[in-house]
Amino acid sequence: MTQAQIIALINSSVVFGTVILFGAVGEILTEKGGNLNLGVPGIMYMGGIAGLIGTFYYEKAAGANAVPIICILIAIICALIASFLSGLLFAFMTVTLRCNQNIMGLAFNIFAAGFANFYGGSLNKLAGGVGQINVLVTSKAFRSTIPALNGLGSIGKIFFSYGFLAYVAIALAILVRWFLNRTMVGLNLRAVGEDPAAADAVGIDVTKYKYLSTSIGAAISGLGGLYYVMDYQKGTWDSAGGVEGLGWLAVALVIFASWRPLRAIWGSYLFGVLSWLYFYISGLTRSSQEIFKMLPYIATLAVLIFVALQHKVENQPPKHLGLPYFREER
Amino acid sequence: MVNITKTFDVVLANNKICLDINYGEVLALLGENGSGKTTLMNMLSGIYAPDSGEIYVNGQHVSINNPADAFALHIGMIHQHFKLVDVMTAAENIILGLDEGKLVDLKNVRTRVKDFCDRYGFVVDPDKKVYDMSVSEKQTLEIVKQLYRGADILILDEPTAVLTPQETQKLFVVLRNMKADGKAVVIITHKLHEVMDISDRVVVLLKGNYVGELMTKDTNPQELTNMMVGRPTTLNIDRSEPKKLRKCLEVKNLSVKDIYGVMKLKDVNFTAYGGEVLGVAGISGSGQRELLESIAGLEKLEPGAEILYTPNKEGSQEINLADCSPIQIKNLGVSLAFVPEDRLGMGLVGNMDLAENMMLKSYQDGSGPMLDLKRPKVLAEKVVKDLEVLTPSIHTPVRRLSGGNIQKVLVGREIEQKPSLMMTAYAVRGLDINTSYTIYNLMDEQKQKGVAVIFVGEDLDVLLELCDRILVLCAGQVSGIVDARKTTKEEVGLLMTHLGQKEEA
Repeated sequence: MTQAQIIALINSSVVFGTVILFGAVGEILTEKGGNLNLGVPGIMYMGGIAGLIGTFYYEKAAGANAVPIICILIAIICALIASFLSGLLFAFMTVTLRCNQNIMGLAFNIFAAGFANFYGGSLNKLAGGVGQINVLVTSKAFRSTIPALNGLGSIGKIFFSYGFLAYVAIALAILVRWFLNRTMVGLNLRAVGEDPAAADAVGIDVTKYKYLSTSIGAAISGLGGLYYVMDYQKGTWDSAGGVEGLGWLAVALVIFASWRPLRAIWGSYLFGVLSWLYFYISGLTRSSQEIFKMLPYIATLAVLIFVALQHKVENQPPKHLGLPYFREER
Repeated sequence: MVNITKTFDVVLANNKICLDINYGEVLALLGENGSGKTTLMNMLSGIYAPDSGEIYVNGQHVSINNPADAFALHIGMIHQHFKLVDVMTAAENIILGLDEGKLVDLKNVRTRVKDFCDRYGFVVDPDKKVYDMSVSEKQTLEIVKQLYRGADILILDEPTAVLTPQETQKLFVVLRNMKADGKAVVIITHKLHEVMDISDRVVVLLKGNYVGELMTKDTNPQELTNMMVGRPTTLNIDRSEPKKLRKCLEVKNLSVKDIYGVMKLKDVNFTAYGGEVLGVAGISGSGQRELLESIAGLEKLEPGAEILYTPNKEGSQEINLADCSPIQIKNLGVSLAFVPEDRLGMGLVGNMDLAENMMLKSYQDGSGPMLDLKRPKVLAEKVVKDLEVLTPSIHTPVRRLSGGNIQKVLVGREIEQKPSLMMTAYAVRGLDINTSYTIYNLMDEQKQKGVAVIFVGEDLDVLLELCDRILVLCAGQVSGIVDARKTTKEEVGLLMTHLGQKEEA
């Protein structure tokens, strides 16, 4: 590989990794509260399509006068609202109605894929045909970098050639870690995920914590979908379902990182490298490429095996993950 | 508490109960399992809400809707199953739920915890993870946790059930210190000698009803028993003298590791004889379950272990059961009855009816693909009749029966196979006194029939009365085998915590 190829690999890995880092950080927050939301792919769909719809209409209305900063705000607010509501729905179904979390998550993915592709297709139609939708101003704004830093040669290319959301993802991961480990609310949330009966007995409002962690977690995951649409897809809608695969990788990344946000940062870039490696290795045929595409999943399996052999309680999933809680149950 | 009533579905758990709790006093709440003691106290701690009735604290009418309300009223409850988060440290558990919106400040906690320890005589290491703690350490932590929250009314639900006699004495010292400090202490129990030992006043409940209230110094255990059971009763275990002892099972060098590679049993050696009850004592989790499951063929044994079974026939050879699966054991002609501690998990299928559960043991015996529905039905009817199982019909899912009746079904099924070796784990856990004594006497009956009975128990008084010999486990090793007729509770308690080198009998 040449130097240019290595830089290109790193760049595409970070872009790829940022999508799943958002997904994973949100999911870590959700799972620390004891809810296993397998609907991450669906939430990314919702975040992506909501951001796209919002900015599409804004750009259409504003025409050439569209202001980049307003584009960004509209996209983020739409994405946050849609994915927050998705998380709220999940919380309502699993916490209040005590539905099975796995089934709810999977069902939501099917719903969200249909929902998002329906509107994605409609937007395409409105824009004049298949693949025609393009929110140029917004996408450009999301991808704009700081010019001064971009000029630093290969260093600048490796570290500063991404849109601002890539840095927001890292900041959110650090923030979530700080929140979980240093604040009382974070401590309480971990207790809810580990042992809701113990949390309840000391007066923690288990329902409130589960609702909030699931909804806010989903909102963070949804930003991954927005980033996918605006940066990875450069402002178009891909109805081939690419974001779904990344959503599942985000779920895998949570396990890979053993529920630690900081581990998820480098893990996400590692997943990115593993996913894009095939593109930069010469002489691969179509079929041998597929072997390389398995690498992130193999890495997750390897980590699972390693953690299982290690027997460290701290690396295990929250003890009450995926289970409903009902105080008066005897 | 005035006229407190609480129902679960159709079961009346508390019926118009009135109760006073005074500061500077230890109140014992006495009653059988299922008499509503825990339910009543759970309404003080905010776990349940009463259907009707009023609660007054310091003269103020209050409603306690959740545990946070209880804390605000300085009521703290230590539940039978500790409410602690395993992966957190002692200090983290103590501050859980307090001061939302602040940062975690463990330094302050450490100093305050030390204060409490000095004042009441506890030992707590604030930085120890809960999963590394012994049962008694966890209990101490629970008490400190409640005190840290400013509890003035402290409720303890069966606090001694999991403690050794020595640990119990230590706990009672702490409780007396708290009483002297002006706190109100309520202790839920069904052990009479503890009531006599620690309490100032006793309130007795029976089947959800208030029976009466007595000053401890004016009463005696017999009177309390009568109140608790509702009629004059004498509760005795008829321990027969062992006769015609016959070597039945010899266990040699038995070691077992769990999936984490931790030694659960180490070099266990003992012999069980037909015609005697061998008790197994030990702090919970000392390897009792692994021991029984090893014999039943459910554990993977470390190499070198031998489990030698001598069939009850003249001149037959010993059979080594080590590393056999349960089916292989059965095919070898060994009749082994196993009453596991987890009745509805390992013993019975909750959603299946009595007759179907009878089939679980004989599912291989039928010929052809169709079920033989008649035999299990006859068997189920026999068990219901012989053991006086209270059930609407033999087609009721066992899950719907009460704990005692579930246990009777299980024990009945196991006895009906005419075992030569019978193993029971915590056979009376959660049962009322009468059923417990039925089970004890069934064990003794089996013994008289020449069955080798291995009885894992938690109540030392019962073990001493029922068994012929007691094997004491300590951290997976046999710390001693003692003659139940000659030993004392203190001796067994000591063996439970220390590895002695005692071999008798």
